[in-house]
Amino acid sequence: MSTAAPPAEPAESAEIASPRRLVDIVLRARTFGIVAVLGVVVLISALIQSRFVGGGELRFILSQTSLYALVAVGEAMVIMTRNVDLSVGSVVGLSAYVSANMFGTHPGIPTILVFAVGLGVGLACGVVTGAITAIGRVPSLVVTLAMLYIIRGIDTIVVGSGVVLASTEPSSFLNLPTDTVLGIPDIALAVAVVVAVAAYYLNSFRSGRDLYAIGSDPEAARRAGIPIAKRVFTAFVISGALSGVAGVIWAAQYATIESTAATGLELQVIAAVVVGGVAIFGGSGSVVGAALGALLLQTINSALNVIGVSSIWIEAISGLLLIAAITLDRGIQVRLAAALRKRRVRLGA
Amino acid sequence: MREVSEQEQPNDGVGGEGPPGRGAERPTQPADAGAQAPAAGSGPASTGVSADARPILSVRDASKAFGAVHALQGVSIDLYGGEVHGVVGENGAGKSTLVKILGGVHPPDTGTLLDSDGRPLFLSGTAASREAGIAIIFQEPTLFPDLSVAENVFIARQPRRRGGRIDHRSMQRQSRALFERLGVPLDPDRVARGLSIAEQQIVEIGKALSFDARVVVMDEPTAALSATEVARLFGVVQSLREHGVAVVFISHRLEEVFAICQRVTVLRDGRLVLSQPVSGLSAGDLVRAMVGRDIADRAHERNQPGAAVLRVAKLSRAGIFQDISFDVHAGEIVALSGLVGAGRSEVARAAFGIDEYDSGDVFVGERRLRKGVPIDAMRAGVAMVPEDRRQQGLVMDMSIEDNISLASLRALARHGLLVGSGERDFATDWAGRLQVRYSRITNPATSLSGGNQQKVVLAKWLSREPSVIIVDEPTRGIDIATKAEVHRLLVELSRGGVAVLVISSELPEVLAVADRILVMREGRLVAELARAEASEERIMTAATGQADVPEAVEEASPA
Repeated sequence: MSTAAPPAEPAESAEIASPRRLVDIVLRARTFGIVAVLGVVVLISALIQSRFVGGGELRFILSQTSLYALVAVGEAMVIMTRNVDLSVGSVVGLSAYVSANMFGTHPGIPTILVFAVGLGVGLACGVVTGAITAIGRVPSLVVTLAMLYIIRGIDTIVVGSGVVLASTEPSSFLNLPTDTVLGIPDIALAVAVVVAVAAYYLNSFRSGRDLYAIGSDPEAARRAGIPIAKRVFTAFVISGALSGVAGVIWAAQYATIESTAATGLELQVIAAVVVGGVAIFGGSGSVVGAALGALLLQTINSALNVIGVSSIWIEAISGLLLIAAITLDRGIQVRLAAALRKRRVRLGA
Repeated sequence: MREVSEQEQPNDGVGGEGPPGRGAERPTQPADAGAQAPAAGSGPASTGVSADARPILSVRDASKAFGAVHALQGVSIDLYGGEVHGVVGENGAGKSTLVKILGGVHPPDTGTLLDSDGRPLFLSGTAASREAGIAIIFQEPTLFPDLSVAENVFIARQPRRRGGRIDHRSMQRQSRALFERLGVPLDPDRVARGLSIAEQQIVEIGKALSFDARVVVMDEPTAALSATEVARLFGVVQSLREHGVAVVFISHRLEEVFAICQRVTVLRDGRLVLSQPVSGLSAGDLVRAMVGRDIADRAHERNQPGAAVLRVAKLSRAGIFQDISFDVHAGEIVALSGLVGAGRSEVARAAFGIDEYDSGDVFVGERRLRKGVPIDAMRAGVAMVPEDRRQQGLVMDMSIEDNISLASLRALARHGLLVGSGERDFATDWAGRLQVRYSRITNPATSLSGGNQQKVVLAKWLSREPSVIIVDEPTRGIDIATKAEVHRLLVELSRGGVAVLVISSELPEVLAVADRILVMREGRLVAELARAEASEERIMTAATGQADVPEAVEEASPA
């Protein structure tokens, strides 16, 4: 995405393309907006508490963000189709316990296999949720709310009164969140790759564009012959799978895992997705935005922490941000519609 | 418009397969095509394109029932390449069902579709229908508001590069070529959100063209188009013909059928009553076939208009309309005419308070309406029947009863509560007055045909007994008989002293009902014509800003 316009552009296309330009500018401005807010937050925090811009703190933010960003990618894809996945928190919790528990039951198991187990748990959950939603045509809000409790319930039964303790997990696993390449956490890099792949997929493949189409107008999507059930199912499976992997990261980060792990994570993830510019009623937005949204929320969290704001306020401030993001979004939509109307190519004139 | 050459269309399809003017003589009607179809052996009408010998697609003895309603009964139709086949009929005659069968939305209960080789064709869904080379342009365009125009055209079949990646550049280029072929300067890169209905229709038509479909079914494509756009569409239809495409053209405007179709099929109550070449038929023949009787032209008597009830003064909204002033008197019908996109509906919406405006005033009697507050207009006795009855006029999933009483709940409530059978009686009464045809008043509005839905919208507003009523495209997509009823209703209202403002794209309608005609062009009021001095030509001249009227408009207007 080049920011500078190519110098020699045909005048004719410049003339016709103006409304699209506008849309582009607005959409890009949205991403820039997040980046700008991010910059302001970092700057203010650094001024108050210089420790904030130390490598340690930023690395911590990145590594914390990775988990949320990973789940946010899947959630964004679901929300784009005008659905929602409330079960991701429970999936992360179940996957965290089951995968970390592998170290206890199968000592010496390779970490990659543990990731595979987490992925498997997530896939299984995603398949069930997706099947009920897409094939059974039950509203996803209800299905995933039910799945939130069911999976959490399974988690509680599986965990029983037990807890996975850090002592059972190898140090190589527990060090994962802090391992870095060139000062950047490994996990953050891996998640960045996932985000990039997802963004490319959504932009450049028919099945990816279909997700936008479904969220934009389900009826039109049906008429266009888009296999809605298949696409929505896939989105839920991807969301489940990414949550499963995120569960393993959760295990590595927190080491001690109880049956309440990652409770309420789904709402933080949805907040990140919406702050990142994905329309809550589907059809528009990007996974890059969703990941940036996660980064912003996490940064604000850390910043408030570092400055010394009480954790009670931190949640309230997250809520305020969410409202601000949605209000801004709505405002932009209205403005955009007005601008497009004024520039409309009038037919028959 | 004729010289549409092979554009750089990589899609394979009919372009090469059905060469125009193959020279085959049109056969007389196949024996089993349509029960009462007389085999009038006259050749294709006027233009030099001859149809292919074998039908590209045949519908054989198709029937479809929805519950107890027989939507289609034993209908057989042959569609020939290079032929435009008009399908007319009243609402509920089965046209939409036929379209849905061709589109793979509903399979027929009995009967089959045959392809050009006479093999049976099973359309299991919209995708299968498309695969079979059938493109449907639905009455109400459904675009993806968040996607670009180009993507709307190519959704689910975007041109791809190696590895299945979408070739955005090629998609953009192909769309541009399509719209050039249509003669419409639509930017393929802009998002579909904010396109007018006419523009959305153009996108749909571009989409059908991009299929190089062998059969193009147009379900009332002209309902939302202005006369110039209709002329342009006819050019496009002509080029489809020349490429050997079979076009099914569904329209309520008989003059259009005569202008563009070579063959016409009339449906009534789900049965085929007539299917024959257009030449040799008169409009009267078709109307008789459609309704089974003659419709007499309504006599037009008027009373003297009273005082100005609705006054719009110097209303402006940047980029939409400028400096609009007019009055509507009690007992008068004023029509707001002009091309689609001229700003007519926008003026009405602003006057009613749905949209904001930048400057100007709206008065009802002596009372100035606050801008952007529809309830203010309603309290002042203004009612508005919107253009899009499905989206704006009705709550589709709610019952007929609830829809009718929706705007009168305050009057019906006792101590703030809706009690007893008052609501039911009220709704039944108004449904009866407007002759809404329904099976049960508790059925949802979706169960009604378009004409009856419109009557419900009218009932909803008329039940408030307004002093001013604004109706936007009151008869779009409504059959002839109901249309006449709606017209009669408007005239009755005005006789009863109501000030009526009608917005309509159909010039015959404007001329039939209006006492005064205001013409808008590009957001400005450019002409005011009294009924006596108005003609289609004069309105068009004002609306287009041209000295002469486009040729195709004359062609399209009734003789």
